Amino acid sequence: MARTTRVLPGFGPALGLTLTWLSIIVLLPLASVFLKASNLSLVEFWDVVTAPRVAASYRLSFGASLAAAAINAVFGLMLAWCLVRYRFPGKRLVDALIDLPFALPTAVAGIALTALYARNGWIGQWLEPLGIQVAFKPLGVLVALVFIGLPFVVRTVQPVLEDFDLEHEEAAASLGAGRWQTFRYVILPVLLPALLTGFTLAFARAVGEYGSVIFIAGNIPMVSEITPLMIITKLEQYDYVGATAVAEVMLLISFVLLLLINGLQAWTAKRTGRDR
Amino acid sequence: MSIQVRNITKRFGAFSALDDVTLDFPSGDLVALLGPSGCGKTTLLRIIAGLEAADGGQVLLEGEDASARHVRERQVGFVFQHYALFRHMTVFDNVAFGLRMKPRAQRPPERQIREKAQRLLELVQLDWLAGRFPSQLSGGQRQRIALARALAVEPRVLLLDEPFGALDAKVRKELRRWLRRLHDELHITSIFVTHDQEEALEVADRVVLMNQGRIEQTGTPEEVYSQPATPFVYGFLGAVNLFHGRVDGEGVRVGGDLLPGTARADGPAEGARVMAFARPYEIDIVADDGADGGMAAKVSRVLSFGVTTRVELEGSEGQHLEVELTRERADALGLAVGQTVRLLPSNLRVFEYEEGAGI
Repeated sequence: MARTTRVLPGFGPALGLTLTWLSIIVLLPLASVFLKASNLSLVEFWDVVTAPRVAASYRLSFGASLAAAAINAVFGLMLAWCLVRYRFPGKRLVDALIDLPFALPTAVAGIALTALYARNGWIGQWLEPLGIQVAFKPLGVLVALVFIGLPFVVRTVQPVLEDFDLEHEEAAASLGAGRWQTFRYVILPVLLPALLTGFTLAFARAVGEYGSVIFIAGNIPMVSEITPLMIITKLEQYDYVGATAVAEVMLLISFVLLLLINGLQAWTAKRTGRDR
Repeated sequence: MSIQVRNITKRFGAFSALDDVTLDFPSGDLVALLGPSGCGKTTLLRIIAGLEAADGGQVLLEGEDASARHVRERQVGFVFQHYALFRHMTVFDNVAFGLRMKPRAQRPPERQIREKAQRLLELVQLDWLAGRFPSQLSGGQRQRIALARALAVEPRVLLLDEPFGALDAKVRKELRRWLRRLHDELHITSIFVTHDQEEALEVADRVVLMNQGRIEQTGTPEEVYSQPATPFVYGFLGAVNLFHGRVDGEGVRVGGDLLPGTARADGPAEGARVMAFARPYEIDIVADDGADGGMAAKVSRVLSFGVTTRVELEGSEGQHLEVELTRERADALGLAVGQTVRLLPSNLRVFEYEEGAGI
């Protein structure tokens, strides 16, 4: 193999260090989960992870997380757009507010949301007559997940949008493209990879979220229990093996979904000629 | 299509980018807007395109007021200095973009769009790059694609903003010639902005010289080069020698020397402070130090290559002067570095003194 000359050498040590670090920080804990779960026989394992209550929690956890990430993709893009394109009073304040869900202890967020959306809460009392219940329903889970996932899309899309050259829009307009066409065919494709990254991060965060959700979800079996709660419940009953089994399934599903989204990202990058 | 610009003004804060600019661009001409950076030429181009709104005045396209019309409806092709190609689309899709964005009722069938894009790629001689992405192209290729993309929608006017500004010297020259040939084929009314005088003179049918938001002169390249209307134009176009002095009879007195000139009736009054210009080839050298008239100068360098010999001299007041002679003339004079000679301008142009004008 020909040696390539680089300004900064050190491929060997850098890669070695990276892999070691990743092993200690990520792979080792994960491996212990799998090891622990292997105390179960296959049949026992299957029974634990497909118990109706657990299965219902998968649906809620992954369904609500995907939905929350999708909502955040749309509104996060809008927020990023406003922050980059327009000047308005209080812009810095808005910019700082966006990171708040990052900093807030999730339990605080949960309590605040519950207070708002409970039947007698500020918002809840207006929704109640309309027949919409948020707190203690799957909808409440969605609201909490939207809240904690907000910063991701904004912060990934913002820099790309800042780099976007206005000349491209002018070029599109001079070629006769309408406003929507310019957005759809000129701007959106450029933002798509960043948007997907933000979506992935928001999704991953939502799947693992616990603190804010359990307050507002009400944790009604088969209705509003999320998978992390199932794991905690099992732990509280000293069912360590059962807890790790469910955790294992959660990990696998998450991993497969993340791989899929990454694949999608690589595909968009390739399609748009940036993969070189 | 003809373009007329009437009394256009544009301010950016306290800075006046365009100050009451009125211009006619005849149909089918290739016109250069030439001037130093910050003179307002790009702003004017963007106002004609509709990318920028003027504070006052009108833009008439084919005699019709287009001031209120959106860039989308003006049917102008705009070519940007940095190409502005859509980097997520192939070269082919870039060229086809304008056609595909047409309202459904006007949009040609996909087969026709493909044929047309193909034809345009052939026109700019880059059909072999159809499947590539802009990032895989050289600067010159990108600009040709940008031009093909603009031409696809059959614009009534083609506007080019420093189209070759980001390219290196050699590619620039090639593209210049190529643009001229293309224009001779298509005859589409075109305006291009440049700060490169050579480019403007070489390519354009007409040149508009701008400075500080105003028009200094318009004319054919020949006219603006040989009969500059203002000190600015003199200084901006080509090499020139500048003398500061006062009107003395027919000539100009510079220090102790009298430069012969031809006073015009409408010229500056006797004794007025003036600036006088002469191009390097409009000055003769007299080797005899004792000769009468002209200005004493010391030869500091003699550069003989090509058909002409360039002589650099230091004037009596330390100013840098340049004279261009034919080879034969220079040989006959037998100039040596350090030798004192006299300079006799054969075509001295005299302007009233202006603060900050000229070179």
